[in-house]
Amino acid sequence: MKTKECVAMLLAGGQGTRLKSLTKKIAKPAVYFGGKYRIIDFPLSNCSNSGIDTVGVLTQYEPLILNNYIGIGSSWDLDRNYGGVSVLPPYMQSEGGGWYTGTANAIYRNIEFLDRYEPEHVLILSGDHIYKMDYSSMLEEHIEQDADSTISVIPVSWDEASRFGIMNTDDDGRIIEFDEKPDFPLSNLASMGVYIFKWEVLKRYLLEDEEKDNSSHDFGKDIIPTMLQDGKHLHAYKFEGYWKDVGTVDSLWEANMDLLKEDPELNLSDNKWRIYSKNPNQPAQYIAPCATVRNALINEGCRIYGSIDTSVIFYGVHVEDSAVIKDSVIMPNVKIGKNVKIHRAIIAEGSNIEDNSVIGDPNPDSQITLVAEEGSVMASSYATIIK
Amino acid sequence: MDRIAGIINLDHEQDLMDELTYFRCGAAVPFAGRYRMIDFTISNMTNSRIEAIAVFARRKYRSLMDHLEQGKAWDLDRKRGGLFILPPDWNDPTDLSRGDLQHFHNNIDFIKRTLADYIVVSGSQSICNIDYRDVLDAHKQSGADVTVVYTKVRDLQPEHNLAHKLTIDDSGRVAAIHNDQQSSNVYMDTYIIEKDYLYYLIEQCIAHGCAHFFLDGIKGRLPEINIQAYEYKGSYSLINSVESYYRNSKKLLNRSSHDELFKEDSPVYTKIKNEAPSKYARSSNVTNTLVANGCIVNGHVEESILFRGVKVGKGAVIKNSIIMQRCEIEENAVLENVILDKDCTISSGRTLIGAPEKPFVVAKSKTM
Repeated sequence: MKTKECVAMLLAGGQGTRLKSLTKKIAKPAVYFGGKYRIIDFPLSNCSNSGIDTVGVLTQYEPLILNNYIGIGSSWDLDRNYGGVSVLPPYMQSEGGGWYTGTANAIYRNIEFLDRYEPEHVLILSGDHIYKMDYSSMLEEHIEQDADSTISVIPVSWDEASRFGIMNTDDDGRIIEFDEKPDFPLSNLASMGVYIFKWEVLKRYLLEDEEKDNSSHDFGKDIIPTMLQDGKHLHAYKFEGYWKDVGTVDSLWEANMDLLKEDPELNLSDNKWRIYSKNPNQPAQYIAPCATVRNALINEGCRIYGSIDTSVIFYGVHVEDSAVIKDSVIMPNVKIGKNVKIHRAIIAEGSNIEDNSVIGDPNPDSQITLVAEEGSVMASSYATIIK
Repeated sequence: MDRIAGIINLDHEQDLMDELTYFRCGAAVPFAGRYRMIDFTISNMTNSRIEAIAVFARRKYRSLMDHLEQGKAWDLDRKRGGLFILPPDWNDPTDLSRGDLQHFHNNIDFIKRTLADYIVVSGSQSICNIDYRDVLDAHKQSGADVTVVYTKVRDLQPEHNLAHKLTIDDSGRVAAIHNDQQSSNVYMDTYIIEKDYLYYLIEQCIAHGCAHFFLDGIKGRLPEINIQAYEYKGSYSLINSVESYYRNSKKLLNRSSHDELFKEDSPVYTKIKNEAPSKYARSSNVTNTLVANGCIVNGHVEESILFRGVKVGKGAVIKNSIIMQRCEIEENAVLENVILDKDCTISSGRTLIGAPEKPFVVAKSKTM
């Protein structure tokens, strides 16, 4: 069989507990973003655009929607004769089995999958981040440096640096130290959770790590520190551009609002780097004579009779007249009744907001309100505020 | 379950679409913000569980082939059946057939090989949302040789002058097919017929040197064959000219007309473009408009249709216009009663105003 130069493994089993009830029934990578997408569309489109045509997607938590969404990968052009997308859930073996216990364990349990392709390099991705990145230039640098592992890093502001895993490098970009959430960061280069490994090196470390009883089987906590200790060549690849972890309700809201800026850092209309997603097949959106729409992203199948200001509206949303939506994110197929007022809120898929309801707090310092029970009906002037 | 196969016959379609069909056939004309005309017939067929569809194309079908690809968007990339785009075969020296009979003759294998017992033959100019299974039920119940589909048009328009009309007796049998301009029974260029009978009629037509299957093979055999009429009662637009295109496009700005055509349980499918959601800037002012994805709107738009990827600059004003894919309307340009074909650029400050009853049409890829 042909071998593959690089195979991607996408960790998509995360629960994303800080997204509250948005992830009650779906895994974090399946969470909606940007009027049309799910978070996982970004790494999958990046793979497709970077020429990586073999992707293992490791699922664990609430996989139904995710499995259904990924299908055979045709939305991202990843339905290939050889390679393509494979969904890899945890499984049982003759000597037992069970859940993936950590990120490294998840890859360890799929060594057989990787060995089928005999890749020279393995790209490890997470399904939690919004960014556009050309993995092929990272791979090029990885090969040029002859690194055992290359870790993608992004400069963050110094006051935020203690929230991230920080890489301290020498002048050539070689990583000399890895600091997980340091109190006094020595550098502001944060790990993006994007790694490339030489497969034979990674495989050896995975096998060794699995034998250790005290290991949490995690890339950041176990594999990378051990490789550093052993003096392996770890290289930092500097990424520049938009990158956001949408781990909380507030950051998810913020990332959506980022798209409404005059010249958004994340350009979704770039023909050379399209973000693909499964198409819901809806007719063109209709803006009625009584509607006012300012500073908004609106998707197909929407019918707008009310007023939309600084908001992101997903497909199939109906907004009746005199409704006012400001600074909010309305997920697919939400019905919003007459005279409804929504401020600084995220309304989850399929919600039905009754006439005259008032949701959210217009105060710019207030927390973001989340209305998130699928198919929930909001009684008049009543709102569940989940904080 | 009875199997039905579909034939979309584009051979005899009248074309009064001027600039819109310079580079494409009528079936490939963009419509309703994100579709092509043929999407409606194909979607009707696939929604009726028709899984084998042949498109008889003769002229200007490059753009049609680009649009239809392997039929994936309509779920027609099938192992059994699927979508076939069939131009005539010009190379058969023994071929005596003429007109659209050439199509039926050259592609007789499609009819022979299909597992279906019935065949729906339709054009692409009747925009509607119809379930052909209902037509088949009526066809079987009446025991007709052919069942033709018509609709009653209360408000006849110039485009209906080109359509055939039906005279129907009390039993629902077609007594005459004609061009009477006063008649409101408009034939929708759609019929259903048993496969074996279609095959027989094709042979007969070719043997007699016919050139138009419907006129010679079906209409010409009245009254000896039993032609039944099936009345379709839903949304209907006949589009064969610029005026009818413009008027029927704008009809979709009416919510009830729109909902009659686009139904949740029988959606219209089209080629996927992966455009981002449309962006409305702070300076935008959009009312009573259909907007497809990928648009960036900074100006004023009313009573119009914007196709995918249209850019409207600051201070630009668009009224009563249809702007097709990837057009760019630069700052302070003014468009009224205009149809812009794909990829046009209107440079800043320009004004283009057509007549309300006769829109000004700009051909594809022009810069004004």
